[in-house]
Amino acid sequence: MTNPIVQLQHVEKVYGDKTVLNDIQLNLYPGEFLALVGMSGGGKSTILRLIAGLEAPTAGHLSREKGLVMRVMFQNDRLLPWLTNLDNVSFKNRDPEVISEAKSLLHAVGLTDKSTGYPAQLSGGQKQRLALARALLAKPQLLLLDEPLGALDALTRQRMQDLILKIFTEQKLSTLLITHDVNEAARMADRIIVVRDGQLVAETTGARGQSPEAVAQTAARVLQAILSEEPVTS
Amino acid sequence: MQEVTTLTQQPKRRARRSVNWLKVLPWIVPLAILIGWQAAVSFNWITSSLIPAPTTVIQDGITLWQNGELPKNIAISLYRATAGFAIGGSVGFVLGLINGLVKPIRALLDSPIQMLRNIPHLSLIPLMIILMGIGEPAKIALVAIGVMFPMYINTYQGITGADPELLEMGRAYGLSRRALFTRVIFPGALANILMGVRYALGVMWTTLIVAETISATSGLGYMATNAQEFMRMDTVLLCILIYALLGKLSDVIAKNLERLFLSWRQGGVDA
Repeated sequence: MTNPIVQLQHVEKVYGDKTVLNDIQLNLYPGEFLALVGMSGGGKSTILRLIAGLEAPTAGHLSREKGLVMRVMFQNDRLLPWLTNLDNVSFKNRDPEVISEAKSLLHAVGLTDKSTGYPAQLSGGQKQRLALARALLAKPQLLLLDEPLGALDALTRQRMQDLILKIFTEQKLSTLLITHDVNEAARMADRIIVVRDGQLVAETTGARGQSPEAVAQTAARVLQAILSEEPVTS
Repeated sequence: MQEVTTLTQQPKRRARRSVNWLKVLPWIVPLAILIGWQAAVSFNWITSSLIPAPTTVIQDGITLWQNGELPKNIAISLYRATAGFAIGGSVGFVLGLINGLVKPIRALLDSPIQMLRNIPHLSLIPLMIILMGIGEPAKIALVAIGVMFPMYINTYQGITGADPELLEMGRAYGLSRRALFTRVIFPGALANILMGVRYALGVMWTTLIVAETISATSGLGYMATNAQEFMRMDTVLLCILIYALLGKLSDVIAKNLERLFLSWRQGGVDA
């Protein structure tokens, strides 16, 4: 079997006297789309933050493939309001190659005509598309999505899902999606893991590319796993 | 089945050409005061020897300009103001920047600066006169001290108030410390820093005028005090009018700096 690009072994995270994650064992494989689902406060975002290196585990071992390039897309866009949209992607790098790459990414997310404008002039969906373009500039092998579509309306959300899936397929990115939306997880992921009270309690296969009925069935299974104490099987 | 009705937009009626009232409004109150003042003197509601008419004040201004008294005093005041602002503003800005960025220096310097800040700087006038006499350095130093604190406080707050989420994003995206400062921290602090500039410009004039009123042989403050000794109300009022104009000029400079550096704030959602 392929070696995982990220491996968490017996990982624990404690804030003060509150244990947020308990004995997490998780492998992330190259080219896979993994979704972590669960209710708010369950610890799924903390797993992403540990993988991204934004926080350190209290106990256990977390290893990443050497030289692994990761980029995070946060729930809020975290764009720099004082930079133009193009500069937000390139971080004002003046290297012609970087600028050219940033322009082609803006084209890929459908924001070519907004390159000289500022984030304040964009809608919520456009801001997240811009944030996606920014995340892709470094050509990451692993894309970490921390509920980036949570605040979008249903239609924009579906369009963003399609865009992420298109990029995932084209660029063969490994992707970790954190979401509380079971339909989103079922529709996008290869593998879905349910996080509850700081533990990984169930795992199932996603229904990406399958019929709407299959997606709905998977979503129902995942929802049941979130709400019940029993594990689910794929 | 429900029918779908296509909604078409009515063509917008062409807006009538009208006066831009927003541009006119700011002038109404000053103009009304001038007209009221002129009328009050012309109709003898107030004694012209006590409060001369605006026309008399303007006439006095022209005479003083022609004999070189006014340009000389304005020039010396502007020199003191800009020199004091440049020195105090730079020191305040650099201190705010360093204290905002480097924690050990902050621990060392912030507390004494806060103590000094709470001393009313105009109370330092006697000290300055004793230490530096009534020459230029004393007045420039006083303006510099007055200007330094608002610049320090606002720069410091701007730097330390950098959005932690943007900082986290910058670090997660591999920005160097330098890039983190130039792309995230400093631009985020700029609004605060410019607010410091605006406030410091106000303090600059107040300090200078008080300093020139108490201990000077030239400058606008001196001109007003001198006129008061000779009961020249027209010159006193002329000086007050010039203060108002210089205050307005400072405001225009501050606004233009904000427009230049904070242009990204303009504009809303267009899609």
